[in-house]
Amino acid sequence: MFDPSSQPVLELRGVSKRFGAVQALTNVDLDVHASEVVALVGDNGAGKSTLVKTISGVNQADEGEIVWQGDAVSIKGPHDAQKLGIATVYQDLALADNLDVVGNLFLGNEIRSAGILDEIAMEGRSRELLLTLSIRIPSVRIPVASLSGGQRQTVAIARSLIGEPRVVLLDEPTAALGVEQTAQVLDLVERLRDRGLGVILISHNMEDVMAVADTVAVLRLGRNNGVFERRRTNQEEIISAITGATDNAVTRRAARHAEGQQ
Amino acid sequence: MSQNPNTGGAGGGSGEDRRREGEEAPLSGPAGAGDYAGEDRAAPAGGGTVSGKVEELLAAGVAPSEITNRVAKETGESKQVVGDIVETMIPAAGSAADPRLMAREHGLSGYWNEFMRRVKGGELGSLPMIVALAVIWIVFYTLNSTFLSAQNLSNLSQQIVGTGMIALGVVFVLLLGEIDLSVGSVSGLAAAVFAVESVNNGVNEYVALILALVTGIGTGFIQGFFFARIGVPAFVVTLAGFLFWNGLMLNILGATGTVNLPPTSIVSRLYNTIYGQQIAAYGAAAIGVVLYAAVAVYGRARRMRAKVPAPPIGEIAARVILLAIAAFVVAYVFNQYKGLPLAPLIFLIFIVVGDFILRRTVYGRRIFAVGGSIEAARRAGISVPFIRLTVFSICGLMAAVGGLFLAGQIESASQTSGGGNLLVNAIAAAVIGGTSLFGGRGKTWSALLGALVIGSIQSGMNIQGLSNSIQYMVTGAVLLAAVVIDSVARRTQKASGRV
Repeated sequence: MFDPSSQPVLELRGVSKRFGAVQALTNVDLDVHASEVVALVGDNGAGKSTLVKTISGVNQADEGEIVWQGDAVSIKGPHDAQKLGIATVYQDLALADNLDVVGNLFLGNEIRSAGILDEIAMEGRSRELLLTLSIRIPSVRIPVASLSGGQRQTVAIARSLIGEPRVVLLDEPTAALGVEQTAQVLDLVERLRDRGLGVILISHNMEDVMAVADTVAVLRLGRNNGVFERRRTNQEEIISAITGATDNAVTRRAARHAEGQQ
Repeated sequence: MSQNPNTGGAGGGSGEDRRREGEEAPLSGPAGAGDYAGEDRAAPAGGGTVSGKVEELLAAGVAPSEITNRVAKETGESKQVVGDIVETMIPAAGSAADPRLMAREHGLSGYWNEFMRRVKGGELGSLPMIVALAVIWIVFYTLNSTFLSAQNLSNLSQQIVGTGMIALGVVFVLLLGEIDLSVGSVSGLAAAVFAVESVNNGVNEYVALILALVTGIGTGFIQGFFFARIGVPAFVVTLAGFLFWNGLMLNILGATGTVNLPPTSIVSRLYNTIYGQQIAAYGAAAIGVVLYAAVAVYGRARRMRAKVPAPPIGEIAARVILLAIAAFVVAYVFNQYKGLPLAPLIFLIFIVVGDFILRRTVYGRRIFAVGGSIEAARRAGISVPFIRLTVFSICGLMAAVGGLFLAGQIESASQTSGGGNLLVNAIAAAVIGGTSLFGGRGKTWSALLGALVIGSIQSGMNIQGLSNSIQYMVTGAVLLAAVVIDSVARRTQKASGRV
């Protein structure tokens, strides 16, 4: 369980992003601690993907700052994010089907000795990694094409851990998975947390979110619309924050009232 | 079977069962946790203490059967129940092995069963064409027994080198899922550059040789640049190159059109040299076998030390013996005629080096990655344009090497160099040998196999005195058969979950 009073690994402060005429993100804040699963939820177009791309370096924020372990950093590209220790698993897993599991895990980060691929070291580390994550796949030497959807997802997540990251971003990891595969992936998310990683989980599935998240951050129309502690909230509260059901005449009147008093 | 029941996936138990499982946290491992959850409901504390004891003993390194006996005695649980618990708690021995995976059984029948499974799954590899080669040889042998004479086989081994070298470069391009239509013209251009520089301009032979090879690399680099950086489809770029380099070759050859190479020129010697001593062929065979055995045994020792699965020593021995038989039979055939020809030896070395680059270096791994999924390669930080550019350069280099061997064969460079059906034969050789046209799958050895098949057809037809017309038709049919096999294999592989 994470310690909310500790220093967050990753903090976003007032991040804004504009695409032409569209204000995709306005003043968004987000904290991720070590050993914390933050579920990022919101309706289509709420800005989840834009926020993830900002963190993973695909897009750069127009305003606001990103604080990494207490220091303000600028993430100019995916490479910067990886170097900091932010790993991203995208929705389309981008695995090379013709390579085996070991080949995919280490693609781009191959272990070599004297310029030659050290297959044995890579195979050993793959087994170790898969074992500690309790990922069960038939063999590390079969092409990824012959794995099921859930297994491919777990391989993609394991792949993101090769660089020893501190924060892992998972973009809809359970979309398009069956019941059992979803359970496998959620187990894996818990194990990532147990290893002390901060996890940002983007999901449309409320049950998944309630099953594994410690904190639920809601985005609505590019703004923060509440951060909930999972233990002290319920699905209805979150859904009403997502859909904006809390934003009605009564609440607006109350907000005006509060402003007036100040 | 491997999900954790805690998260309530497909566990399928009633609510009560799930609660029980939740309490037995240490038992929430893989398969079967639900089976005995019901059984030990009568003795509520049972599960917890049993699993606790098992865990202790397992950590102490006691054998599983011993643990079952001891714990059953101490707790008064039935051995069946304890045995189940022990089984679930043994850490998957040495690997994340999956119970659903078909493991190879021990013994020879295990290898045979796995082989049959692969064949059914469409993982034919080079098998169909090895069979085809055997059929071709038998047919031509029954038509005329001189086909399998030492002299003809020795000549055949030299004749295939030019086409085979070009096919080797084509294998690299095919691995990216692309094609290079200019290899024939490039090979002719390289031959012309060498001949004109060394004979007409009197440049030092070795300098001329390097100039020819650099020409090959340059043509590949230019085509690779337009493909990788500008984004013109490889098909069109190399089609343009096909015309352009051919024109450039004619231009370089000038008015006379033909430059004869002296028999002493390095290119002629590379092609014609035959080492007559008996020991040469047998020695080369022995060195190859010993090197292979040493690499295999060393690799196995390293794997054992690193505790990753290693092939059994029997398998290595069988492979070494098979290789030794093949190598010494070839050496024997060479020695029955004149001895060990240099050209096929160089070809073999090129294949082995190419194989090493593809399978054992980071660069080769990246070629496969780009051929398999460009997006995955890009996300992994691989520079796709760099890989494309260099692979086309390699293909150009190999086309030049092949062109030089072909020039050595006819001891001249002429206006017809690199023309005719050389281009088609080179691409056909790569595909016939088992390299997929769809990218991502293939070996450098397919260049050897494909060149042998095509060379055998040509040689057999020549012995029979058949005209080119029939030769072309048969070669075309074999190429079509190879591509059909590739497509069908790919479909079967998809159906059985292989790429």
